[in-house]
Amino acid sequence: MPAVSKGDGMRGLAVFISDIRNCKSKEAEIKRINKELANIRSKFKGDKALDGYSKKKYVCKLLFIFLLGHDIDFGHMEAVNLLSSNKYTEKQIGYLFISVLVNSNSDLIRLINNAIKNDLSSRNPTYMNLALHCIANVGSREMAEAFASEVPRILVAGDTMDSVKQSAALCLLRLNRTSPDLVPMGEWTSRVVHLLNDQHLGVVTAATSLISTLAQKNPDDFKTSVSLAVARLSRIVTSASTDLQDYTYYFVAAPWLSVKLLRLLQCYPPPEEGAIRGRLTECLETILNKAQEPPKSKKVQHSNAKNAVLFEAISLIIHHDSEPTLLVRACNQLGQFLQHRETNLRYLALESMCTLASSEFSHEAVKTHIETVINSLKTERDVSVRQRAVDLLYAMCDRSNAKQIVTEMLSYLETADYSIREEIVLKVAILAEKYAVDYTWYVDTILNLIRIAGDYVSEEVWYRVIQIVINRDDVQGYAAKTVFEALQAPACHENLVKVGGYILGEFGNLIAGDPRSSPLVQFHLLHSKFHLCSVPTRALLLSAYVKFINLFPEVKGTIQEVLRSDSQLRNADVELQQRAVEYLRLSCIATTDILATVLEEMPPFPERESSILAKLKKKKGSGTVSDIEDSRKERNVNANANVTSSPSSDLLGLGNSSAVNSASPPTSSHAASLLVDVFSESLPVAALGSASAHVIEENFSRFVCKNNGVLFESQLLQIGLKSEFRQNLGRMYIFYGNKTSTQFLNFSSSVVCPEPLTADPVLDGGAQLQQILNIECISDFVEAPVLNIQFRYGGSTQNISVRLPVTLNKFFQPTEMTSQDFFQRWKQLSPPQQEVQKIFKAKHSMDTEITKAKIIGFGTALLDGVDPNPSNFVGAGVIHTKTIQVGCLLRLEPNTQAQVSTAALGLDDLHFSESLASLFHTHL
Amino acid sequence: MIKAILIFNNHGKPRLSKFYEHYTEDTEQQIIRETFHLVSKRDENVCNFLEGGMLIGGSDNKLIYRHYATLYFVFCVDSSESELGILDLIQVFVETLDKCFENVCELDLIFHVDKVHNILAEMVMGGMVLETNMNEIITQVDAQNKMEKSETFIFQSPRQDR
Repeated sequence: MPAVSKGDGMRGLAVFISDIRNCKSKEAEIKRINKELANIRSKFKGDKALDGYSKKKYVCKLLFIFLLGHDIDFGHMEAVNLLSSNKYTEKQIGYLFISVLVNSNSDLIRLINNAIKNDLSSRNPTYMNLALHCIANVGSREMAEAFASEVPRILVAGDTMDSVKQSAALCLLRLNRTSPDLVPMGEWTSRVVHLLNDQHLGVVTAATSLISTLAQKNPDDFKTSVSLAVARLSRIVTSASTDLQDYTYYFVAAPWLSVKLLRLLQCYPPPEEGAIRGRLTECLETILNKAQEPPKSKKVQHSNAKNAVLFEAISLIIHHDSEPTLLVRACNQLGQFLQHRETNLRYLALESMCTLASSEFSHEAVKTHIETVINSLKTERDVSVRQRAVDLLYAMCDRSNAKQIVTEMLSYLETADYSIREEIVLKVAILAEKYAVDYTWYVDTILNLIRIAGDYVSEEVWYRVIQIVINRDDVQGYAAKTVFEALQAPACHENLVKVGGYILGEFGNLIAGDPRSSPLVQFHLLHSKFHLCSVPTRALLLSAYVKFINLFPEVKGTIQEVLRSDSQLRNADVELQQRAVEYLRLSCIATTDILATVLEEMPPFPERESSILAKLKKKKGSGTVSDIEDSRKERNVNANANVTSSPSSDLLGLGNSSAVNSASPPTSSHAASLLVDVFSESLPVAALGSASAHVIEENFSRFVCKNNGVLFESQLLQIGLKSEFRQNLGRMYIFYGNKTSTQFLNFSSSVVCPEPLTADPVLDGGAQLQQILNIECISDFVEAPVLNIQFRYGGSTQNISVRLPVTLNKFFQPTEMTSQDFFQRWKQLSPPQQEVQKIFKAKHSMDTEITKAKIIGFGTALLDGVDPNPSNFVGAGVIHTKTIQVGCLLRLEPNTQAQVSTAALGLDDLHFSESLASLFHTHL
Repeated sequence: MIKAILIFNNHGKPRLSKFYEHYTEDTEQQIIRETFHLVSKRDENVCNFLEGGMLIGGSDNKLIYRHYATLYFVFCVDSSESELGILDLIQVFVETLDKCFENVCELDLIFHVDKVHNILAEMVMGGMVLETNMNEIITQVDAQNKMEKSETFIFQSPRQDR
């Protein structure tokens, strides 16, 4: 008997659907639908209460209309009412409507939540399942708030039915995904792990999904799942194909559960415990062996299921990356699939091999399949398979096969699908640069790339080739010659004109000796392309022309003529006009020397990560590409001189190169901002030289009497201090806090200090966060040291100079002495050299306690009961320097009425008295 | 996770759409059209996987599909799902439909959208695979039908239908 009998459906619904299907035109369909919507609306609004059956019928009609792509803006309330029906069918259709039509921020959620709450507590498994499904399908935050603690309880309760457990596990997974903060981890976690042992394989499957997700966020909480998962997997793998009854799918034992378990194990490193590890290795070997056995069925489902497990096992082997024999076996297995007649398997094999190529154990083994992969690039009918082949070629590329792979990719590019051309272009450009042994090959490759697929060559690619040519003088002559030849073609791509213009403008002189490429020929060649180009390219060419004026004085006249023409000087485009005017004036006024300086050859670009790589990463999502890059980097340390690991992602960096004194041919749209950039950056650089002029001292005074706190804070950076001093030595911990979300690059700091103080900055363990300064006081000093910090943020260099709060009083050792001693010594001092007296207006309140605290903070001991007048303050201490120790006596006589204090300092050494006195009274 | 399950016919008419992530109605319709466009232009005998369209989230997502007679069954999934596993799941889904409807055809899906949804709900929940065992699924569906029948006999008055 079929589970759904066809006869007893809803007749009204069937009639409506038939009507729609009979509509001859879209208009007729819309008309029929609108009629039906009006009908339903009036029924819902009507006075007569609808019975459950009618409600169900109308809701079904609405669902059908919705499926056809029409908005449904009513009926929600009726659906919510159906939820509280005590009839299963009505309840079910209500839930169906809600999970299809209600989005997560509907106003009705509260009403729905009430109905769900009732059903969850109904103890009727069917109702509970409906409710759990609804939570999982809608998954809104409000639902999470209402049920995040209830669902785990249902999941681990002893008396919950299996089917409800399954639903509860997935429901919890969904809540954890949408609102992880609301799902409390608790004692239920360990019981969830034990669900892996459950009798019911459906429960185990659902629990495995749940644990996999939770374990990614809290691996420690679910560590115990590893041994259970291995045990379970082992039981499945070794079972006879009939053991698991219904969970055997086309002679494969529980393929979905096996896949899920293998995924779960990929959340963890290889198990450390020998026994578990051995058992897992055994499992993986069995899976690999089974794949080699003759199939038990000819059905495609059998091989699909078997291979689903196999591919997941291989993923785990690759993830562990620790068993060379397994890795090589996996690679061989995949190699067989590369020529399998099933397209799906070829696709998956190429995909898996991509990750395998990044393991050092199997990289060589993967490389042996290069011919097969190249062949599939040529013969495969399916573009998605070809794309995987390109990915794999990219992943398996190294120095030994780079030329072959790049050549193959280039030839494939000519016929490649338009959708993947740009990606191939980027990949070719990266490989060509990365594995270039001789850069003439690199230049040839890129020019070929532009020739074959110029439209798909993005800015980054041609920026990069120029960057490299400029930085490597061994290739400049060749590059000039090659672009010159390439430009001879009657129709060449605009990107080639850009590269040609830039390179000839810089290095045209290197080929000017040959009469076939004399300056005038070069100029005419470039200018013949001028009128076919867009504005940015023309702007670039104008810059190239003015560079020619410097390189070849003999063509100056010709070029001035061109610049002077109305089509340049009065060009409608502001940028072009401005360049023409300025370049013309420059060439007329400036002497040869000035011209030579202004139009000097571009200085080398700073080494940085290839911007192309950044682009590819952006395009592909950071996942695959960067993984390959990172893991392979180690192996290729020496192979690539040009790709540095600096995470900077901007382009050429015309804006920040040190191009102050050379009018570089600027690129199109940045042209206007170029000068601004240069100046805005050169300012702080200049300031660096005379650091003291801009030293920030704003918080300095706060530190005279204390040792910890925030020294500096801007929108970018916070600098905190912790310092301790003992005798003549001090140690200062400087904490740099990056307040932005992006990285600071090239972060460096240095300390400038006056003679009598030494400070050596020790960068702690390569971390940029904390820095320790060791300080020694050699003799007395007034000027505190300055901390200069330099780093790159965004595109510009930041310089910050902060005065470090190292003051003489930090080297005080408090001394206790009696009243008698104190006054005896006081009297021995001989003013004015040894005694300094100052009368000053109180800047702060003259509260006794605060003053006391300040005196202690200043470093001296506070001597109570020494002075006969109790309102006076007396302190004593010894200043330690490397060479001498200086005793210091202090008296402060506040006069509260006049709001002035008289402070007297007595010191053994007169040099110290002045510096200390000024410190004391400015800060007290 | 499974982001969406779509069934449409050879002309792109949707027969079932189930989204497990929230999109606006407009976007959902666009995703259906985009997916149809991507899938329908492919030859028979090419592979059953392709990168997802831009609307569903681009190349981090895969479309895994099967084509049966007049219908395309498409699952949009993220990278955490096994391709072959999902392919088999589509097979289980179709086999289950076939058992429930006795030689399922496009018309069954059209006239019994609610039933199809209910069967699917036994297999996939909130974007995760709930049950893969066909017998278990059919048992559940049978139980539902039994309940439905018992209620229908008591409450339904089938004549006043329109």
